Amino acid sequence: MNTIVGTGVKSVSDYTASDVVKALLQVLPEHCVLSRLEDTRPYECDGLSLYRSLPMAVVLPETEKQVQDVLIACRRLGVPVVARGAGTGLSGGAMPHAQGVLLGLAKFNKIKHIDRDAAIAIVEPGVRNLAVSEAAAPFGLYYAPDPSSQIACTIGGNVAENSGGVHCLKYGLTVHNVLKVRMITIDGEIVELGSMAPDSPGPDLLSVFIGSEGMLGVVTEVTLKLTPKPALARVIMASFDDVEKASSAVAEIIAAGIIPAGLEMMDQQATQMVEPFVKAGYDTSAAAILLCESDGTVEEVADEIARMEEVFQRVGATRLQVSESETQRLLFWAGRKNAFPAAGRVSPDYYCMDGTIPRRNLGRVLNAIAEMEKRFNLRCANVFHAGDGNLHPLILFDSNSADEVQRAEDFGAAILELCVEVGGTITGEHGVGMEKINQMCVQFSRDELDSFLRVKRAFDPATLLNPEKVVPTLARCAEYGKMHVHGGALPFADLPRF
Amino acid sequence: MNTKLELLREQVLRAEAESKVMVIKGSGTKSFYGNHVALDEDVAVAIDATTLSGVVNYEPTELVITAWAGTPLQEIKDKLDAAGQMLAFDPPSFGSSATFGGCVAAGLSGPLRQGAGPLRDFVLGANLLDSRGQVLRFGGEVMKNVAGYDVSRLLAGSMGMFGLITQVSMKVAPKPLETVTLRFELDEQAALQMCHSLRAQALPVSATAFDQALFIRLAGAPSAVRSAFGKLGGERIDANEANLFWQLLREQESAFFKGGEPLWRIAVGPNTPPLNIGPTVFEWGGGQRWVKADLDAATIRPLAAHADGHATLFHPKAGRLPADGVFQPLSPGVATIVRRLKQEFDPKGLFNPGRLVFGV
Repeated sequence: MNTIVGTGVKSVSDYTASDVVKALLQVLPEHCVLSRLEDTRPYECDGLSLYRSLPMAVVLPETEKQVQDVLIACRRLGVPVVARGAGTGLSGGAMPHAQGVLLGLAKFNKIKHIDRDAAIAIVEPGVRNLAVSEAAAPFGLYYAPDPSSQIACTIGGNVAENSGGVHCLKYGLTVHNVLKVRMITIDGEIVELGSMAPDSPGPDLLSVFIGSEGMLGVVTEVTLKLTPKPALARVIMASFDDVEKASSAVAEIIAAGIIPAGLEMMDQQATQMVEPFVKAGYDTSAAAILLCESDGTVEEVADEIARMEEVFQRVGATRLQVSESETQRLLFWAGRKNAFPAAGRVSPDYYCMDGTIPRRNLGRVLNAIAEMEKRFNLRCANVFHAGDGNLHPLILFDSNSADEVQRAEDFGAAILELCVEVGGTITGEHGVGMEKINQMCVQFSRDELDSFLRVKRAFDPATLLNPEKVVPTLARCAEYGKMHVHGGALPFADLPRF
Repeated sequence: MNTKLELLREQVLRAEAESKVMVIKGSGTKSFYGNHVALDEDVAVAIDATTLSGVVNYEPTELVITAWAGTPLQEIKDKLDAAGQMLAFDPPSFGSSATFGGCVAAGLSGPLRQGAGPLRDFVLGANLLDSRGQVLRFGGEVMKNVAGYDVSRLLAGSMGMFGLITQVSMKVAPKPLETVTLRFELDEQAALQMCHSLRAQALPVSATAFDQALFIRLAGAPSAVRSAFGKLGGERIDANEANLFWQLLREQESAFFKGGEPLWRIAVGPNTPPLNIGPTVFEWGGGQRWVKADLDAATIRPLAAHADGHATLFHPKAGRLPADGVFQPLSPGVATIVRRLKQEFDPKGLFNPGRLVFGV
């Protein structure tokens, strides 16, 4: 993969790496500070390995007090801090800052409390998403948001990204399932946002904090809403001989007043890529398949499955298969959840996009992506959270070819700009991070971008938390605009861009 | 640009230039709510948020409606109703002229919030006319959107403190196929216990309320509602009577809400026992308590805080106003951030001073 070196605005810093390490060792035990290259190297990127940068130091604090002290020390020196959970993010949001400290929260991995009657869990930010549901299972409860990376990704990271998953059409995103966050500001102040009560006085800071990509504060504790486990869940696999038909089936399901527990689409490229890997039993001859889940009581699921089947038949499904057991249901989902690793098996590299569009434009956008495959001469497999209109085109390429890397990036940018053009957004759940910072210039006006900076300054006046991500500078947007004039053929493509 | 929007912009810019203060006026159905700072007449300017009206976009299969802030809430409810959909958070109107923008700015949800979630969960996008006269668009019409900070949800319930909300996109929901309301002859304590026991069960409970007896509303697939009804028991109420009960509760027109005593809203954490501070109606499984009594803020606030919540003098009527406002004061850390947010978005303090946060 190519390496894009992090370029701090502070090109001349008034501190050195050894100043920073010295300050950190004053507040942390030695084993919590990593500064040798072989120790910091594993932290140079997150799940988007196209973007890499080495931090001056990595710290792995063990107590809230230590996090607070690290932030105060960094604030005093003016050192940027990037927080990191499991590093599974897909937009470079946890890429370290070259003149900064990477703050790893992996050691905050305790589930502090589960209250069955209140249906809540109080957890530390380094707890894995799936671990919450596992711990809640004996109480008949689970944590609803289930991003595909849920075996590895952490709750702290989920809060930073407002993570979704395959069940959020019915059960909501992270923002709908977090009651309270305890966080520390860059000034070292401990602040609790949200409440165990239905709401809190004042403006709703919690909802702006969730999804803020580590730029507003460092989370040390999260109170999660748990959901009673439905008695039964079954999933229909519906095959279509035409992608447009599959798209209209999605609209028809919604029009019938049904909110499925999950509604996913995979095109033929995706099923053919996944099937040999997972053996989920997908219909690889179909142009597209839909996975449509119903959950609830036994009677409710029977009724709803019947209504769903009726809709699919009416729209012209060529084959319908309903999961006959929990094992089969999980297998159907395993195929979908393993689409990204499967892409890694059939292609040296893949680039996962994350645009969201109004559902009515699904067919139009799919056809446009098919055209782009020809234009950029790269294959693209499509998996979607169809119910939410959230697309995950997987662009397959080989990073050993600089030309393919460039084409993959241009292909991705073209998809995102199309999403904006049809009334959608450049990111549904993966975040902007480093990756989509240029497309922010396309989606938002300068005034809107400036108001994001205002929010940032209200929480982080020194703008030290995960700086230079998400919100592009005026200069960057001007530069990106110019690049567009040249039709994507970048002059001086290897120059660092700010 | 829309000429009505242009007129509002001009008003804002003029007020800003003349260092005035703008009081945002909707239809006034919720004018009793929040703080009202006394302003000199030569400083205060009213800005009429009802001039921008009408549904901009509504396609039932997208589950989204976009409308101008001044659109009557009833118009939106009717439009959704005709397509078999609804605003799932069940907003109160407190009067037939209530507007969509007022609904979002106040951020209040009705009884069905228990099953559906609060208003802010449904906000997908919002446009804001800010103190610099700029119209800023946040979020959009799609279900999932993490591009930039989620400012549109921050605007929900902000009572105009960051500017004038001009347009909102809201997620809507299909109406349930079946609803049943059950009545249980229980006192407040037993009713709370029953609500607490329901929370961890997979039952289609869409609302609960205690008003002399416990009422439980089930909604969803007919089979699920039937099986829950079988499991819970209770007396099934006639459908028309049930609809009226939930409507009167939502609009605060039932007998409990009549009379001149101040009305306190106390939001508390789960499993909080009866507060025993006055006549009480509760909703949301006990999370929202309405107490009709002339209470002292200095007594009630610590009690609410102890229950992980907060107390609001919701409708002061003729009662005493707490010296520091009707809302529970913010914790110091939150207050610092809120003050800075206001400073960043509205540096001259142009919009709705103190209405939501006393002194800000």
